[in-house]
Amino acid sequence: MDFAFTEEQLMIRESAIAFLQNVSDSESIRKAMATDQGYDEAVWASLCQELYLQAITVPEDFGGLGLGFVELVAVMEQMGQYLLCAPFFSTVCLAATAVRLAGNDDQQADFFAKLLEGETSALAFTSNTYFNSKGVEVTYKKVGDQFVLNGEYRYVVDGHTAKNLVLVAREEGSVKHDGLAFFIVPADTQGITRQWLPTVDQTRKMATITLDNLMLDAASLMQENAVDVFHHVLDLATITLAAEQVGGAQKALDLTVEYTKERVQFNRPVASFQSVKHKAADMMTRVEAARSGVYYAACVADDALNAGPLADELKEAASIVKAAASEAYFQNAGDAIQLHGGVGFTWEYDVHMYFKRAKASEHFLGNAAYHRERLAKDLLGE
Amino acid sequence: MKLTFSKADEAFRQEVVSWLDAHLVGEFEQLKFRGGPGDEHMFPEERKRWEQTLAEGGWIGLGWPKEAGGRGCSIEQQVIFYEEYARAGAPGRVGHIGEGLAGPTIAAFGSDEQKQKYLPGILNGTELWCQGYSEPSAGSDLANVKTKARFDETKGKWIINGQKVWTSLAHESDYIFVIARTDPDSVAHKGLGFFLMKMDQSGIDVRPIEQITGTSEFNEVFFDEAECEAEDIVGKPGDGWKVAMGLLGFERGVSTLGQQMAFQNELNDVIAAAKANGAANDPVIRQRIAKAHEGLKIMRYNSMRTLSHDASDGALHKEALMYKLYWATWHRDLGELAMDVLGMECDVLEEAPYELTRLQSMYLFVRSDTIYGGTNQIQRNIIAERGLGMPKEPKVTIKA
Ligand SMILES: Cc1cc2nc3c(=O)[nH]c(=O)nc-3n(C[C@H](O)[C@H](O)[C@H](O)COP(=O)(O)OP(=O)(O)OC[C@H]3O[C@@H](n4cnc5c(N)ncnc54)[C@H](O)[C@@H]3O)c2cc1C
Repeated sequence: MDFAFTEEQLMIRESAIAFLQNVSDSESIRKAMATDQGYDEAVWASLCQELYLQAITVPEDFGGLGLGFVELVAVMEQMGQYLLCAPFFSTVCLAATAVRLAGNDDQQADFFAKLLEGETSALAFTSNTYFNSKGVEVTYKKVGDQFVLNGEYRYVVDGHTAKNLVLVAREEGSVKHDGLAFFIVPADTQGITRQWLPTVDQTRKMATITLDNLMLDAASLMQENAVDVFHHVLDLATITLAAEQVGGAQKALDLTVEYTKERVQFNRPVASFQSVKHKAADMMTRVEAARSGVYYAACVADDALNAGPLADELKEAASIVKAAASEAYFQNAGDAIQLHGGVGFTWEYDVHMYFKRAKASEHFLGNAAYHRERLAKDLLGE
Repeated sequence: MKLTFSKADEAFRQEVVSWLDAHLVGEFEQLKFRGGPGDEHMFPEERKRWEQTLAEGGWIGLGWPKEAGGRGCSIEQQVIFYEEYARAGAPGRVGHIGEGLAGPTIAAFGSDEQKQKYLPGILNGTELWCQGYSEPSAGSDLANVKTKARFDETKGKWIINGQKVWTSLAHESDYIFVIARTDPDSVAHKGLGFFLMKMDQSGIDVRPIEQITGTSEFNEVFFDEAECEAEDIVGKPGDGWKVAMGLLGFERGVSTLGQQMAFQNELNDVIAAAKANGAANDPVIRQRIAKAHEGLKIMRYNSMRTLSHDASDGALHKEALMYKLYWATWHRDLGELAMDVLGMECDVLEEAPYELTRLQSMYLFVRSDTIYGGTNQIQRNIIAERGLGMPKEPKVTIKA
């Protein structure tokens, strides 16, 4: 039993930190978030070409680094901490995970080759506020050798800018867990309309994607009757998002400690007031608890991908960490505003960016209440 | 990261499981799931005999170094032992203060003579210890102890006068370790001594304190010209604080995973109760049950993270620093959840005059988890100051 990063994992994390310090300071974030696109292409290019972070989980057979979720989580945590604006979560954590689990060899070879070149992708699956099969409303039907897709996706992370789209649709007339299928298409295929969806959290962009008789051939189909794969993809992505939330929660704490140590009122640093210290202590407790969960869940994710001993814990681990990290991030970000006083309420200070990212991330892929209900069903043997 | 146990460790697990299986029988059968928090006054004699049975099996001092007579087991094996112990429902330990606190302190700071005199009795489960720290004027502010120790040249002994309070299991114990002031003019951390004392003497008077549960697990201990042998001071006069603080390091050890297994047993009871009375259909209760499960799992992951750190540097990592606050608060919430699952039935006693059900006594007892061993407020001070580098409170002096 060893619950610590290896030297190699620490190196990956350190190089990510060095990179992020450079490219994701407050000024860069603000510049990126003010655009519709939401990220700086030069930053994305160097992330891909120099750091090769998009290759972490790409299997070696397809030219990637063949590393696991422990490495991915270590990087995502830092991206959350530095609030990186980049299509990394959408491309690597969501779309690539889907292709890895649902795609055949040819589809994977093609997709990963493009990914290694730095091509971006997005995963579109929900049409409402459910992040499970209840959310899948876009339909497909077979017409001869072809598939015709219709419907509207919402909350597609980076959907308006991605070069490729992984689509989840249900066979016309199917309900619940039945009839789910994965497709992969270039985003500029005729029949696809993409519309940027302006969001409160400007550091992560979303889109609405409408399919109007989108005609796809058999080569675009990755997998039918794929509800299990669908759940696995979401659980794996959930763990990476939780890692990012832990990073954000940490940053909210760091900003607060730094600020309150400097701010003087009543002739003493406000950090010396016990009510301030105790709030900060609770912030640290929440973030460390969630972090312990995330590191464990990352190991579970690797086992799930490699049929290891902890593979069966995937669903549980994903729910545990998403619930814990969602609460940790949002509460920490809220406390950060409070402990900053008036400046915490300004656009000028960075706290609000974390506060907004925290709320959006809390709901994306299901909030704490959703994940706890999922846990409750299993715990109560229903 | 690698989170599974080795083959050898799993074999060790089997050894623990079969030993417990073979020995939790006969008079010990009735001890299953007994003697835990809130139930610590039950079956004292049987539980003392159980300590000796454990000792015969070689299960006391697993983590102690071999030189001290322990088995020097790896962290993994200790974890496994504590987990299986709790999973089997083996009874709450009456020897834990000796094994977990007194023994390691003596092994680390004691003289060879003290080691020979005291360690065997702890290891063979025959001698029980209690912790004499808190006093009426020294709770969170432990350094404010007023109990005095003076060396009597004619008797050739230390003479102790004063009072301890909240002393758990003093009424069952053979020995007590005491911090007392060796320099009568000293204040705070300076001028303290650390003493090992026999309980059975005329100068020591133990008076049980009735607790919130109606039972008595802790006591007042009065010292009136009580005697301590000259050679039974650990370290030198004035070293008491250093020794006592060294001991705190032993308090958050591997036993946490066993404690978590006991929590798991309690949570299972709560879930069973919710299923039985239909509370499991209440969406709010469902959320709270799931949250309790989530917290307990996170404690486990968190302890694994702590135990993976190389402890030799003595550094206290952040996840270790927040652990007491986290589990104590979690346990308190579990108590409340248990009562809310029961609904109005939570108010109905097992029996008059004041026999509590297991969940009721858990619910009441958990209110102490956030108090002893450093209150939640003290934990937050420590986290903020040591974990986050925030400044200490300015001192206020009370005018006489
Ligand atoms: C079940 C149980 C078993 C125990 N067993 C033992 C034992 O075996 N041996 C032993 O020596 N002791 C034992 N204790 C005593 C325990 O360690 C003390 O109760 C504890 O340290 C708190 O001290 P106090 O009770 O004097 O509370 P106080 O220190 O008087 O605290 C009162 C309140 O003030 C708060 N407070 C105090 N100082 C600060 C501060 N600086 N900042 C913010 N808030 C503060 C506390 O958090 C608390 O809410 C036991 C206690 C319990 C409940």
